[in-house]
Amino acid sequence: MTGEPLLEVRDLKVSFRTEDGLVQAVDGVSLSLSEGETLGIVGESGSGKSVTMMSVMRLISDPNARFEGQVLYKGHDLMTLNPEQMREIRGTGIAMIFQDPMTSLNPVYRVGWQIAEQIRAHENVSKQAARARAIELLAAVGIPQAAERVDNYPHEFSGGMRQRVMIAMAVSCHPDILIADEPTTALDVTIQAQILTLLRKLRSDFGTAVVLITHDMGVVADMADRIAVMYAGRIVEQGSRREVFYDAQHPYTWGLLGSIARLDRPKPRRLATIPGQPPSLLRLSPGCAFGDRCAHRFDLCDERPPLLARIDGDHLDACHLEPKQKKELRETTIHPELIGNAE
Amino acid sequence: MTADSASAASAANGDGGGELLLRAEHVTKYFPIRSGVLLQREVARVHAVDDVSLELRAGETLGLVGESGCGKSTLARCLARLYPLTSGSVVFEGQDISRLSRRELRPVRRELQLVFQDPYASLNPRKRVGEILSDPLRIHKYGNRDEIKRRVRELLELVGLSPEHINRYPHEFSGGQRQRIGVARALALHPKLIIADEPVSALDVSIRAQVINLLDDLQDELHLTYIFIAHDLGVVRHVSDRIAVMYLGKIVEVSPAEELYQRPVHPYTEALLSAVPIPDPDLSDRRVQIVLEGDVPSPIVPPSGCRFHPRCRYATQICAQQEPPLAEYGSGGHMAACHHPLNIEPATAPAAEPLSAVAGAEVPAEEPQ
Repeated sequence: MTGEPLLEVRDLKVSFRTEDGLVQAVDGVSLSLSEGETLGIVGESGSGKSVTMMSVMRLISDPNARFEGQVLYKGHDLMTLNPEQMREIRGTGIAMIFQDPMTSLNPVYRVGWQIAEQIRAHENVSKQAARARAIELLAAVGIPQAAERVDNYPHEFSGGMRQRVMIAMAVSCHPDILIADEPTTALDVTIQAQILTLLRKLRSDFGTAVVLITHDMGVVADMADRIAVMYAGRIVEQGSRREVFYDAQHPYTWGLLGSIARLDRPKPRRLATIPGQPPSLLRLSPGCAFGDRCAHRFDLCDERPPLLARIDGDHLDACHLEPKQKKELRETTIHPELIGNAE
Repeated sequence: MTADSASAASAANGDGGGELLLRAEHVTKYFPIRSGVLLQREVARVHAVDDVSLELRAGETLGLVGESGCGKSTLARCLARLYPLTSGSVVFEGQDISRLSRRELRPVRRELQLVFQDPYASLNPRKRVGEILSDPLRIHKYGNRDEIKRRVRELLELVGLSPEHINRYPHEFSGGQRQRIGVARALALHPKLIIADEPVSALDVSIRAQVINLLDDLQDELHLTYIFIAHDLGVVRHVSDRIAVMYLGKIVEVSPAEELYQRPVHPYTEALLSAVPIPDPDLSDRRVQIVLEGDVPSPIVPPSGCRFHPRCRYATQICAQQEPPLAEYGSGGHMAACHHPLNIEPATAPAAEPLSAVAGAEVPAEEPQ
């Protein structure tokens, strides 16, 4: 992590006006991404991880949405750009792929045409040249017989292949940053392994920085350099991959790690659970959003804990507990099988 | 379908000690693909489930894993007779249910219930929870109104919901709570067997653990038998006593749960396990993943011989020519269908030629060329 960050999100707040009231989807998120780095954002549905990145791309056009904060890309605040300028950034600067490749590809156009269209939108090249590039890209993302497949329609591809097409499209103009929003969630594990291998290859070939949004702790453990854990629109913990997995500071992260049925550990008698369910974003308490589900809640938790480096370096967390207390408490949550029945 | 695997099937049973609850023999389900305007000629068939035999003992949990399209859901629906079988038989509690009429099936349905993946699609949005839960009770003439009402309240408590929820509609609940309603509905008539088709796949991790623990508790409390379908191998390992791995309509390996993870015999199982991301950075960095090439082939024209051979890194000529039968490895009921089985210790395994040895003993199959 050297020099200026490539992308910096500063205190981003996104809220939506709804019939029921104001939904605070993202509540003061700050992030940074350096060149060539992979940032994993984990969290459950509704935690704001997608909305954060959609806002970075300025892809939310809902008139009821309100944005605050800054998104700095190479020193420019993306929030202040006009649509024309923003379109320049998308594709060449920052590109995004989504969970469901069927809904993000246009079903009535051939895939080659869709890739070529994007290239021609950004670069002044001939149709033939763009088509040739499309074939090259399809081959690069591992589509067999790319020269023939370039004329197929999206429905003629399998789910994994479609995601490859999406990735080909996303990297067609050599973006600095690739945002991948749950890119493998809709895929089988064996296909997921293929797509992650492909992302890893692109990362090393082109030095692309990646923001990987996922709910799968296994995927971030495999791919990310740094991890941000989100809960109810806020980042509750952020640190390097090893810090988050081996020295998790926030009780929510403990809960997440504890509730996975994992293959690499002896089978616990029971899975640890996080009691209750995520809070409604309509009526967030002024204190810690995780407070109601947290077993270690105390008086101070009625006050919202700031995201701070409480131990050292870049490892941040938003929990009022003392680091020493956390160390003891953590063991009871993540390894309940060693302590006995946790419930 | 070269070999008769009836005898092999009888070995693919649990050692749980419970009595036999369900036995499936040569269950086959093809879906016709029709073409033409008037005549609707059948032009091809999707081989969704192809000659699957298995046994289930009372009180055990059988996990069914495989990629999408491998036929695990179709198999489950065949076992519950939600689909008519193309051929084969399903014997539930000593009764062959594969040829029963709808009316004859009704008492069987009471004993055999399903829980579905999507709790948003499987609950009628226009009915209140009370109605959703009392419908099966009314249909099966459980008792008078008071008795039904009492049972509904009992069910809600059983799955950890409050009896006050009785007048709410499904949309007023979160995903995890809805899945609890789905479980309560399945439990309404005191079933013996519950087939859960991806019951936690649509749920977030923290909620997923809650529902898994609930299913676990209910099994202990009510002595239930489960068939648990999932693609998440971690979840399947956690809940299952035995696990069956499916690939393109076939069971390729059946094993006691823990052993499958320690010692997979079939290369497909090995690859599947290897593809699961490990939530531990150091372990994840250290291990060498097996990444399968390509996609699952079309079940309309499945590959010859072993269906996994085009993607298998151990495949040789025989794999393309001859379909391997399910053969037993070890004494614990561990079976696999492979010409080149993995993790076989010469001392414990049926010698260096496990295939021919076992095949010779169990199936009057043709000689390997």
